[in-house]
Amino acid sequence: MSKQDTITNFDAVKEIVATYRDMPGCLMTILQKTQDEYGYLPFEIQDAIAEELGIPTSEVYGVATFYSQFSLVKKGDYLISVCLGTACYVKNSQLILDRLALELGIEIGATTEDYKFTLEPTRCLGCCGLAPVMTINDDVYGGIVPNDIPDILAKY
Amino acid sequence: MANVHEIRVCGGTGCHNNKSADLIKALKKAIKAADLGETVKVVETGCFGLCEKGPIVMVCPEETFYSQVAVEDAEELINTHFVKGEFFTKRLYKTIKDDIKRKAFSDTEFYKKQYRIALKNGGAIDPEDIDEYLAVGGYTALEKVLKEMQPADVVDVVTKSGLRGRGGGGFSTGQKWKFAMLAQGDKKYVACNADEGDPGAFMDRSILEGDPHSVVEAMAIAAYAIGADEGYVYVRAEYPTAVKHLQKAIDDAKEYGLLGDDILGTGFNFTLSIRLGAGAFVCGEETALLNSIEGLRGEPRPRPPYPANKGVFGCPTILNNVETYANITTIINDGWEKFAELGTEKSKGTKVFAIGGKINNTGLLEISMGTTLREIIFDICGGIPNGRKFKAAQTGGPSGGCITEKNLDVPIDYDNLIAIGSMMGSGGLIVMDEDNCMVDVARFFMDFIVDESCGKCPTCRIGTKRMLEILEKICDGKGELADIDRLQDIAQTLANGALCALGQSASNPVLSTLANFKDEYLAHIVDKKCPAGVCKNLTDFVIDADKCKACGKCKKACPVEAISGEAKVAHVIDQEKCIKCGTCMSNCPFDAITKK
Repeated sequence: MSKQDTITNFDAVKEIVATYRDMPGCLMTILQKTQDEYGYLPFEIQDAIAEELGIPTSEVYGVATFYSQFSLVKKGDYLISVCLGTACYVKNSQLILDRLALELGIEIGATTEDYKFTLEPTRCLGCCGLAPVMTINDDVYGGIVPNDIPDILAKY
Repeated sequence: MANVHEIRVCGGTGCHNNKSADLIKALKKAIKAADLGETVKVVETGCFGLCEKGPIVMVCPEETFYSQVAVEDAEELINTHFVKGEFFTKRLYKTIKDDIKRKAFSDTEFYKKQYRIALKNGGAIDPEDIDEYLAVGGYTALEKVLKEMQPADVVDVVTKSGLRGRGGGGFSTGQKWKFAMLAQGDKKYVACNADEGDPGAFMDRSILEGDPHSVVEAMAIAAYAIGADEGYVYVRAEYPTAVKHLQKAIDDAKEYGLLGDDILGTGFNFTLSIRLGAGAFVCGEETALLNSIEGLRGEPRPRPPYPANKGVFGCPTILNNVETYANITTIINDGWEKFAELGTEKSKGTKVFAIGGKINNTGLLEISMGTTLREIIFDICGGIPNGRKFKAAQTGGPSGGCITEKNLDVPIDYDNLIAIGSMMGSGGLIVMDEDNCMVDVARFFMDFIVDESCGKCPTCRIGTKRMLEILEKICDGKGELADIDRLQDIAQTLANGALCALGQSASNPVLSTLANFKDEYLAHIVDKKCPAGVCKNLTDFVIDADKCKACGKCKKACPVEAISGEAKVAHVIDQEKCIKCGTCMSNCPFDAITKK
């Protein structure tokens, strides 16, 4: 995957806004559908949504930055989510997260330079029986210890 | 035709992540290979509750209970159980205490002490099949309400049942409905809070995944009671299976004439739609959730006006959480009297808890109010693993507090939990053992709150941040005694001055750990030690030269090459390089590495 490029094609934005604009309280749904389409919500996308809806970009930005689900930056091909819900935390999931940051050479929350991996903590994946647990895209790894990390990363 | 058997396989998130979908495929393949297609069928159900032992498989009607069934076991299970007609003993569920292999579901210690209302259909029906829900009496409560009861009667029954909000507040559900029923307005809404934000609580997700129709039916009943014709379910986007099952339930109910116009020919109209949350804990607060349904930033509104008068789009609205709704059909069908027989004087019925952390049976359980924590932790859930000692249990998540050994025999209900410095919350129950540092846990919850504070009111935005900084200072070994006073001072300000419950209760974990574990705070501040060996700056890993056999395992495992030593020479950890990850300790075969 290449670096974050400026998006110039807003056809999908127009289509999404046209579909949902008449639904009461449509902004969040539009942002969710747009992020599904583009992967993230950079400023140019927010501008396009605001223009289509006839509202200030600040309003779009306000909602986009409020919710953790929305990302203003592009993420890597593989999203590594380490559960920091309480059940996982008391079973040392922080150590898993720290080890991943060490192995990948990035800060927690960052993306590797080649846009291969993004490392994020997440709040409760809801499978506390597998604690500590992490996911890499759709793959789930439960009951892991820090030393499992190098082998797991090697699969990708 | 021979007896028909049904193999129920849990498809809840816990088991799903343990490859239950692959297991189902393998079972179907094995059934086909054994030519049993006519007599044995496989059904994917919702959560059984025993997530620790997933994937869970139950053979009905005899309820034979298999746990931790791997994909590779499928063929042998089918051949042993159905072809040979014997128990597949390898995967029969085994109790923790007496190590006896139990054959029947209802015979396990995990289920014996439970009383299931909200979870009644979890594991019992295919959640994606409306006919299965109808077969167990689904939508009879709605029919009864629409055809035999006046709205005021419905409100009256719910009030008399004593049902209180299961989302954490514990407000009387009947009262809430009454306010909305009496509120003036041409347009009213019912809303369901399924934005389960407490990290470690997953009962609402489980109900939506395993029994979505019970919530749809209850919301229609609520709508009839208050005079609403439209409803929203606000679900976390992080719960894809719950969203999928709920959407299917809504679509099917519409097709069967149980949602939409002129429901069951009674002239009552009700439409229901889903709104996806986008990851904001504060949206569990009712007014913030209303803003979010409207597509706005999920910031709380000042109350009054309460949602019952001015809710979604300014119209009278009732908002209940998933578990609260999941109790409604039982109350209508079995009568309020039966429901009110359960529980304590002021807390009727049951409560679902999601138990996790240092506990043998991680999972979901529903107990009658008034059960003690000791029964839950030690009888139902099999106690603490690895022979470690119980230290504390946290209820109420980031807004709650910890419960220690001395309060384990207090009957659990809303009021008792508040009296012992915690709260019911949504039902998250995290068990901690002696390896957990309570100061670090307080820091963890405050970090969560700082992350999730919406920033609207400065009391919460600034107060929680200052508290976190102080807690981080203490965990880093830079704390001073005056910090304890500072924490208590800010906590008071938050409780009095924050706009919503998130801020008002944000300091509860700090206050409760301070009240119960002050010695741990003092150890961090005065002795500069973390007794549990969790806080990195206050913990050193050291190798006991007498015990070290110089095997080199720790040296090889260390991710930062902090361990040196030659063959036959005791190894040494370079404290400057050490990142305190504990990998060396878990890899030492001679227990030569300890935390100091």
